[in-house]
Amino acid sequence: MAYDKFEILTSTAVPLPIENVDTDQIIPARFLKATERKGFGDNLFRDWRYNNDNSPKTDFVLNDSTYSGKILVGGRNFGSGSSREHAAWAVYDYGFRCVISSFFADIFKGNCLNIGVLPVQVSADFSNKLFSEIEKDPKTVIEVNLQEQTVTLLATGEKESFDINGYKKDNMLNGFDDIDYLVNVKSDIVEFAKNTPL
Amino acid sequence: MKKTLFDKVWDSHVVKHVEDGPDVLFIDRHLVHEVTSPVAFLGLKNRGIRVLHPERTFATADHNTPTINQHLPVADPLSANQLKALEENAKEYGISHWGLGHKKNGIVHVVGPEYGITQPGATIVCGDSHTSTHGAFGAIAFGIGTSEVEMVLATQCIMQPKPKKMRINVKGSLNFGVTPKDVALYIISKLTTSGATGYFVEYAGDVFENMTMEGRMTVCNLSIEMGARGGMIAPDEKTFDYIKGREFTPTGAAWDKAMAYWETLHTDPDAEFDKELSFDASDIEPMITYGTNPGMGMGISKSIPKAEQVEGGVSTYKKSLGYMSFNEGDDMIGKPIDFVFIGSCTNGRIEDFRAFASIIKGRQKAPNVTAWLVPGSHQVEAAIKEEGLLAIIHEAGFELREPGCSACLAMNDDKVPAGKLAVSTSNRNFEGRQGPGSRTLLASPLVAAAAAVTGKVTDPRELMEKLVASS
Ligand code: SF4
Repeated sequence: MAYDKFEILTSTAVPLPIENVDTDQIIPARFLKATERKGFGDNLFRDWRYNNDNSPKTDFVLNDSTYSGKILVGGRNFGSGSSREHAAWAVYDYGFRCVISSFFADIFKGNCLNIGVLPVQVSADFSNKLFSEIEKDPKTVIEVNLQEQTVTLLATGEKESFDINGYKKDNMLNGFDDIDYLVNVKSDIVEFAKNTPL
Repeated sequence: MKKTLFDKVWDSHVVKHVEDGPDVLFIDRHLVHEVTSPVAFLGLKNRGIRVLHPERTFATADHNTPTINQHLPVADPLSANQLKALEENAKEYGISHWGLGHKKNGIVHVVGPEYGITQPGATIVCGDSHTSTHGAFGAIAFGIGTSEVEMVLATQCIMQPKPKKMRINVKGSLNFGVTPKDVALYIISKLTTSGATGYFVEYAGDVFENMTMEGRMTVCNLSIEMGARGGMIAPDEKTFDYIKGREFTPTGAAWDKAMAYWETLHTDPDAEFDKELSFDASDIEPMITYGTNPGMGMGISKSIPKAEQVEGGVSTYKKSLGYMSFNEGDDMIGKPIDFVFIGSCTNGRIEDFRAFASIIKGRQKAPNVTAWLVPGSHQVEAAIKEEGLLAIIHEAGFELREPGCSACLAMNDDKVPAGKLAVSTSNRNFEGRQGPGSRTLLASPLVAAAAAVTGKVTDPRELMEKLVASS
């Protein structure tokens, strides 16, 4: 499924300074029963967000109107656990286009890149800086510039650059996905398959 | 150039390298199940693409299936819908499908090896992170997301940057009562859940050489819990003996051709790893976890570390212990438990049930414990019956359920209720993993068995020693 192009995102951010946020928290398994990619945002962080009687937990950040925006700033080792792409879908479907963390779990990061959420890995210092600025002023605006590969605190101009490989960057800038690429090289694949050992 | 086992398998599957990007990696075997595949099939449909190699994809139903009364219609309409979608998609695209009730049905990572789909030197993917299990055969096996499931269906390839390489050596011989699960939990406790992120692991050393194939599967299964994409062990005689004669194993000339390839599958002396770690087997005792990720584990006789002693965030650590209702410094031994779960692709194979039976034999299930014994497949279930383990299970007051993922991720009705404490042989103790509000202690089948008959966390060696002494 193709997604919207990602160029420059300028937004306030939602802070979640918890380490090892795993995919079972992002989207609990019992919400994986759909056969279509629809409505996952409603269950993003379900068990942190709602009580058993479905009333919102007022102390959870997504239920706090002070914080909003298209950027989620998470703690270290964000997205560990399962390969369920539903976790990335839930993040996207809720309205986030970018997750910033000082460290990502591999599969989650790959899934994000495949569906149009930009994972931005920053240093621990910069991540702490973001958390403290947002705590001081929840309206802190962050600019994520994919072309330049930079993330900037607009108020102070403090910035850091981040890594992304050229191929994935092009995909995100253009809204392409890997299947488009693979379908284009299918004849190479068919040739290769003739000589595989197994 | 000197190559590692991982290099050899990876490099021989690269169709194309994308400049400043990933490799286009050819996939030999693709396993699918009902939860992560429907949207991928939908994507194919929308693009009007057929499956390129239906004979390389195998479908089984496991995540969502009930573990009792499998002959009846599935009660949950959403689960039933996913199962139906898998069946219809498999039919439409000509993919073999082992649905509920099929005699080959079982957990995807248990049936793959059982039927010889899993082979050395293969690239194997599945939309489930514990695909790393198949690395036990010297395959490169890892979990993928649904977009990638669609890629494999459409083109038999995915696009992946080549991971870095790590070798983990465990030398010496294992102590009494220490199982492959303990070895893995020990390594994860040392590395943390992110210690191997970005790496593909090769396990080496006498501990793994001496391990059975099933033990190797348990270890490779848990590679993802240290953040690694996967883990692998070089194939040897044990591997070849295991796969020989299975349904999808090559025969005749094809076997000889495959063997010629398989015999090259070892790390060359002096090949380089990006990181190398070594542990001593004698340091490992039966393990148990106390927190909300698999890295929060320790020897069963130890007490829960203080926040200052752990690396990383103190507030996250305290939050985790708070969720578990445990305190820093608590002993684990003696904690009363409510549930025991034996099963999953980590520890749901016949050797795990043998280990469980060895402890419960001649004892009784503790009255405060609800136990779910869930074989990984019908083949495991049949072996439990044939070997006489079922009689032991029944005499001790336990029941055997039907195969599936069950309480490993609690998508079906096998949910541990809020606040209850479970000792589980599965792979994740995340908050709510086994049901909203559930609390999980990960451990080996021996530790789980000891808990099941005593009703509390118990060092299995005590029960094992008693058995030895009285026999
Ligand atoms: S048993 Fe658990 S980890 Fe294994 S395939 Fe099933 S859900 Fe995944």
